[in-house]
Amino acid sequence: MTGLYIVLVVLVVLILLFIGYYNGLVRLRNQVKNAWSQIDVQLKRRHDLIPNLVETAKGYMQHERNTLESITEARSRAMNAGSVGDKSKAETALSGAMSEFFLVVENYPDLKANQNFLAVQEELSSTENKISFARQSYNDQVLFYNNKIQMFPSNLVAGMFNFVQGEFFELEDKAEKEVPKVDFS
Amino acid sequence: MWELMQANKRKSLLLFMGMGIFLLALGYVVGEVFSPGGGFFGLAIAAVVWLVQSLVSYAWGSKILLMSSKAQPVTHEVHPQLFNIVEEMKIAANLPAMPKIYIIPDPAPNAFATGIKPENSAIAVTAGLLGRLNRDELQGVIAHEMSHIINRDVMFMTFAGVLLGSIVLISQVFLRGMFYSGGGRRYRSGSNRGQGQAQAVIMIVAVILAILAPILAQLLYFAISRKREYLADASAVRLTRYPEGLASALESISNSDYKPAVVNKVTAPMYIANPLEKGRKISSLTSTHPPIKERVKILRNMAQGANFTAYEKSFEQVAGEEIIPKSQLQNDKTVSIRQANDRKKTGNKKKDLRQVGDLIRTVNKYAFLACACGLKMKIPPNFKKSTLICPRCHREHKVPLSELAAMTAAATKN
Repeated sequence: MTGLYIVLVVLVVLILLFIGYYNGLVRLRNQVKNAWSQIDVQLKRRHDLIPNLVETAKGYMQHERNTLESITEARSRAMNAGSVGDKSKAETALSGAMSEFFLVVENYPDLKANQNFLAVQEELSSTENKISFARQSYNDQVLFYNNKIQMFPSNLVAGMFNFVQGEFFELEDKAEKEVPKVDFS
Repeated sequence: MWELMQANKRKSLLLFMGMGIFLLALGYVVGEVFSPGGGFFGLAIAAVVWLVQSLVSYAWGSKILLMSSKAQPVTHEVHPQLFNIVEEMKIAANLPAMPKIYIIPDPAPNAFATGIKPENSAIAVTAGLLGRLNRDELQGVIAHEMSHIINRDVMFMTFAGVLLGSIVLISQVFLRGMFYSGGGRRYRSGSNRGQGQAQAVIMIVAVILAILAPILAQLLYFAISRKREYLADASAVRLTRYPEGLASALESISNSDYKPAVVNKVTAPMYIANPLEKGRKISSLTSTHPPIKERVKILRNMAQGANFTAYEKSFEQVAGEEIIPKSQLQNDKTVSIRQANDRKKTGNKKKDLRQVGDLIRTVNKYAFLACACGLKMKIPPNFKKSTLICPRCHREHKVPLSELAAMTAAATKN
C-alpha cells in the first residue's frame, strides 16, 4: 500500500511542477507581447507631441523652415509606414530629425526660455527615452523568455506546447555599431 | 535578471523560514518554562503574535510609512520631470502598473520605495533631492528604488522586520517575566528531583535563547538588508545603462545632510541612505546600508558594461568577496553603457535652493502671487485677508480668495 501512496505523491508533485513551468512560460510570453506593444504606444505618443512642438518653435525660428519641414515630413512618413521594416527605418529617421532639431534650438536662447517650449521639450525628450527603454525592456523580456525555453527542465514543457523563441530588436543603424577610426595622419 | 529574482525569492524564503522556526522554538521553550507541558501553548502564542503583526504590516505598512514621513501625493503638473522619469523606469523595468508618486516637503535629499506587491507600489522623494540632482542622477535613484520593488525587497524586509520584532517582543516579555516573578519558586512545586532538574535545564536554554535570539536575528536582518542594497544598485544600473548617474547621485547625497526632519528608527532603513547612520565610515555589522563611499566606488569601477556580470566583477575588485553567485550569471547578456543625457546641475546654489523651497510650498498647497517689482509672494493655504502688501515695494495686491479656495480644493482632491 505504501508503494502506491509514494507513487501518488510523486505524481502529484510532478503535475504541480509541470503546471508551474507551463504558467511561467505563458507569463513570460505575455510579457514579451506586452513589451512589444509598449514600444508602439511610445512611438504613437511621439507622433502626437510633435505638431505642438513645431507650432511653438515656428514663431521663433523663422529661418529654420527646412529643419521644421523635415521633421513634419519624417513624422508623416513614420505614421504611414506599413511593414515592420519600413516602420523601423522611418522611426529611426524621425529620431535623427529630432536630434538635429534640438541641436539647432541651442542657437535660439529666446526659444529656450519659453515655458511652453520647455514643457514640450521635456515631454519629447522623455518620450525619446521611453522609446529606447521600451526597446530595451522588450529585448530583456525576450532574453528571459528564450532562456526559460532553452533551459532544463522547462524546455521539455516548451517543446510539448510549441512555445516559439522571441526575436531580438536589433539596432537598425549599422553606423552606430562601427567603432570610430582615429586617423593621426 | 529573471533568474536572479527567482533565486533571490527562493533563498529569501529559506532564510525567512529559518528565522520563523527560531521564533516558534523560542515560543515553545518559553511556554515550557512558564508551565511544564505548556510548550505548545507558547508556540501558538508566538505564532499569533507573528501573524497579527504581519497582517497589520501587510494592510497598513505603506500607509503608515508614507504618513509618518509627511509625504504628499503629486500630479504630473507639480513636477512633470519626476513623473516622466518614474514612467521611463517603469517601462524599462516592465512594472505592471505605474507606482504612486509622493514628494516629501523636506530639504534633505533622500528617497524611499514602498509596496508589498509591484502592482500597488509607491515611491517617495524629498524636495531636496529634486533640487540637487540632474536628470541622469534622479533617474539612477528612481531606478534603485524601483529595483527594490521588483526584487520584492520591500515585501521581504517588511516581513523579516516583523519576524525580528516578534522575536524581540517574546524574548523581552520572557526575560522581564523571569526577572519580576523570581522564577525559581515554580520549581519547588515539582514532584521529584528529576523533573526539577529537567526544568532547570529548559530554563537555562530558554534564558540563553531569549538573550541570543534578538541579537542573532538582528545581525541576520542587517546582513540581508546590506546585501539587498548592493543588488538594488546592480539592478538599477542594468535598467538605466548608466552607472555614473547613480554614483554621482549617491555622492551628492552623502555630501549633504540627508536626514529629513521626520525620521524614526523603524522607517530609517527604508531610505536610499539611512538617515540615522550618517558619518559612519565602515560598514559595521549593525548597519542597514553599506557605506555610501563603497557603493560609489563599485559603481564607478564598472568599465566593461552595465549588466550583473560587470557589477559582480567590480564588486569583487573593490570588496574582495562574491555577492552574486556565478551560477546565476550564466545566462547574462552583455549590456553596454550609454552616453550621458544631462549636464551637471547649474551650480547656482541659491537658485537651486529657491527651487526646492518653491517645490516644498507647492506641495504644501501654497499659492504664488507675482508682484510688479519682481518678488514672488507665497500665500499659505489658509490665508483669509483680501489684500496683501508686497514686503519689498509696498504695492497693494488684491488676493483672489475664491480662486485660492478653488485651487486648494482641487489640489486636496488629488
